[in-house]
Amino acid sequence: MSRQISIAVIDYGMGNLHSVAKALEHADSQADVKVTADKRVIASADRVLLPGVGAMRDCMGEMQRLDLVDTIKQAAASKPFLGICIGMQALMTHSEENGGVDCLNIIPGNVERFADDLSDPTANDDEHLKIPHMGWNQVHQQIKHPLWQNIPQNQRFYFVHSYFVVPQSPDPVAGSTVYGHPLCVALAADNIFATQFHPEKSADAGLQLFHNFINWDGSYDCSACS
Amino acid sequence: MGLAKRIIPCLDVDKGRVVKGVQFVDIRDAGDPVEVARRYNSEGADELTFLDITATHEGRDTIVHVVEQVAGEIFIPLTVGGGIRTVDDVRLMLNAGADKVAINSAAVANPDFVREAAEKFGNQCIVVAIDAKQVAGKPGTDTENETPRWEIFTHGGRKPTGIDAIEWSKKMVSYGAGELLVTSMDNDGVKNGFDLPLTRTISDNVAVPVIASGGVGNLDHLAEGVLEGHADAVLAASIFHFAEYSIAEAKRHMAERGIEVRL
Repeated sequence: MSRQISIAVIDYGMGNLHSVAKALEHADSQADVKVTADKRVIASADRVLLPGVGAMRDCMGEMQRLDLVDTIKQAAASKPFLGICIGMQALMTHSEENGGVDCLNIIPGNVERFADDLSDPTANDDEHLKIPHMGWNQVHQQIKHPLWQNIPQNQRFYFVHSYFVVPQSPDPVAGSTVYGHPLCVALAADNIFATQFHPEKSADAGLQLFHNFINWDGSYDCSACS
Repeated sequence: MGLAKRIIPCLDVDKGRVVKGVQFVDIRDAGDPVEVARRYNSEGADELTFLDITATHEGRDTIVHVVEQVAGEIFIPLTVGGGIRTVDDVRLMLNAGADKVAINSAAVANPDFVREAAEKFGNQCIVVAIDAKQVAGKPGTDTENETPRWEIFTHGGRKPTGIDAIEWSKKMVSYGAGELLVTSMDNDGVKNGFDLPLTRTISDNVAVPVIASGGVGNLDHLAEGVLEGHADAVLAASIFHFAEYSIAEAKRHMAERGIEVRL
């Protein structure tokens, strides 16, 4: 009998978690997915996933209202932890969204908005880029990491965001893309991995990343990477 | 390297069944939205749009089940349009697994609904559908020497509103629309291609992505929507439904025309 791996998908009222839960179940039959705001369930889960759509002030506000901040920080310090989109941005120190919001400060750095006059420097004409950055963009893997296993270099993933993370140090940058300028779209720090893109909306590549997460023990030793 | 232009097949759904005669040879039930969605996904569709054309209120619950089923096994963005009139309608679709809703006539009847929905659920999930007809400057008409002008029409293109389509587009973005779905009511179903001046004028005047719709008859039309219409995504129904072209063929063709696509 195969071992079940429990994954707590933190439900803090930020959007519909149906797709994330279904995609995890689809990615690996061992996944025992719990969409939850229960501190005990989160604390006892094998893996923790912090999802999110919406705005940062609501996101941090709901985490505080549900008294989940310490539980999330503890999980991020101790077990395989995946942040997605706002769930990635929330790991940073501060976001400039909603006039400025302090975040969890787990990874030093800020969250900034795309400039209104963003343009494509490689285009012949100065093509004005749309905001949000919405659609499928290529992700360049900056490091080898267990979560990139069996995902081709420069694979496309689905994005929808108007803010992006700027880590203080380049050390945690696991993946980057280009939209007007290069930006960090994946972070890796010890047992934490985070993506600006949505694996749950990125077809097979996203399911592979979820599969890798479910089968990740949280260690990040690159001699063990493929 | 950069953001890919998207190809979005649109499925018209009536009482839970895909209409407009799907003719794939290798799927068992061509009217089953889940099977059709599965097929489009395997061909590389970048997103899926479901347009609920069910006339009766009772029949409308079925679209919710369709969305739930599709969202449970297909992991690309899903948009649902048709009959989205209240915040509760939006919530129902998002909870069923839709990523975005397309708001059409309800936006014209009550523009504040768009603002309310965007504030509640985020701009990224609010698509405003713009149904426009050219009312001046159209070649071959007595206004052909005038400056081109388009107006918003409702009720499937039958009812003029007097609202200028470009001004309306800007207004809807300022109200919180995260994306615009621009359909030419002149070209819809005619298969002569998108209304490129309309698409381009709107796309160049708003900061959010624009999806071109209405009039696709061949693969060059899709490419022109991007190259000349400045669309960020192209939507088509019948050329994919009737299996005239596959999504994969459409993408290869766009790539040959120099457009960045997800292959």
